[in-house]
Amino acid sequence: MKSLDEFVELFAEQFDETDASEITATTVFHDLEEWSSLIGLSVIAMVDEEFDVALKGDDVKNSVTVEDLYNNVKSKL
Amino acid sequence: MDVAYNPFSLEGKTILVTGASSGIGKATAIECSRMGAKVVITGRNEERLNETFNSLEGDGHIQILADLSNEDDIQHLVNEIPVLNGCVNNAGYNIMSVIQFIKKDNLDHIMNVNLTAPIMLTHLLVKSKKIAKDSSIVFTSSISARGRNSVGNSMYSATKGGLSSFMKNAALELAAKRIRCNAVLPGMVETPLKEGKSNITEEQWEINRQLYPLKRFGKPEEIAYGIIYLLSDASAWVTGTELVIDGGMTR
Repeated sequence: MKSLDEFVELFAEQFDETDASEITATTVFHDLEEWSSLIGLSVIAMVDEEFDVALKGDDVKNSVTVEDLYNNVKSKL
Repeated sequence: MDVAYNPFSLEGKTILVTGASSGIGKATAIECSRMGAKVVITGRNEERLNETFNSLEGDGHIQILADLSNEDDIQHLVNEIPVLNGCVNNAGYNIMSVIQFIKKDNLDHIMNVNLTAPIMLTHLLVKSKKIAKDSSIVFTSSISARGRNSVGNSMYSATKGGLSSFMKNAALELAAKRIRCNAVLPGMVETPLKEGKSNITEEQWEINRQLYPLKRFGKPEEIAYGIIYLLSDASAWVTGTELVIDGGMTR
């Protein structure tokens, strides 16, 4: 299982305009200016590839911080 | 008034519907039987195919289990069926993926089911003379073939663009045999294919519904009615067309 720090890094990689330094475990990611449904789909695909976990759209919607999402992924392993 | 008058009747026609175990294919098979056709249905799931079979009206229908991503299954299907007056190439599915996460396996499989299978089925029907003169082949394409794109949908769009292009070329070639080829291009329809996209939330679906001028997605039978028109003699002078059925989305 990848660590939270590694997850945050992979999460941040899905953004093009937002600098990785702006994204931490406690970031409320829906509030990020660049956040979009396309990035949401990219995050779901990243989780599928890196963790072999199939997230639903609702899992992303209901997570507030990046850490919430990490914990959600962990709970599905 | 002649109450029996119906230029859209499928009476006396034998029609193959692929992907008949659910969604648009299921609705098409049922509506074709209600219009008087003898229907041959095919799908991968025995239980669901049987459910469609039991919903067909009238007698003399046939069901054949086949996985059209498998070339041997297509050949077996063509061997088993009677000579057709119509074929609905409807089987298809979607794998959503943003471009940077596309996987070759997924691409191969969706191309196989959505594009290669209908091309090979058409090829084998013509080669084996299992499709009669004055018959009609209909392809279930998509408005995504007409540049109505959405994120994560690139592989699906590519298959449907290919399918629409194949249909137009087939219309040209098969006109010599008086076989017509057309496509329906549905917008988003409430089918299991849609429900398979669990990475979309219900709120996102609702936003998407509101983008349609008629403020809803289609119903499977609303696509089936278009397919019936293209199968019937009412469209005897129609070949190579794309019939858009999309609640006004592409206008």
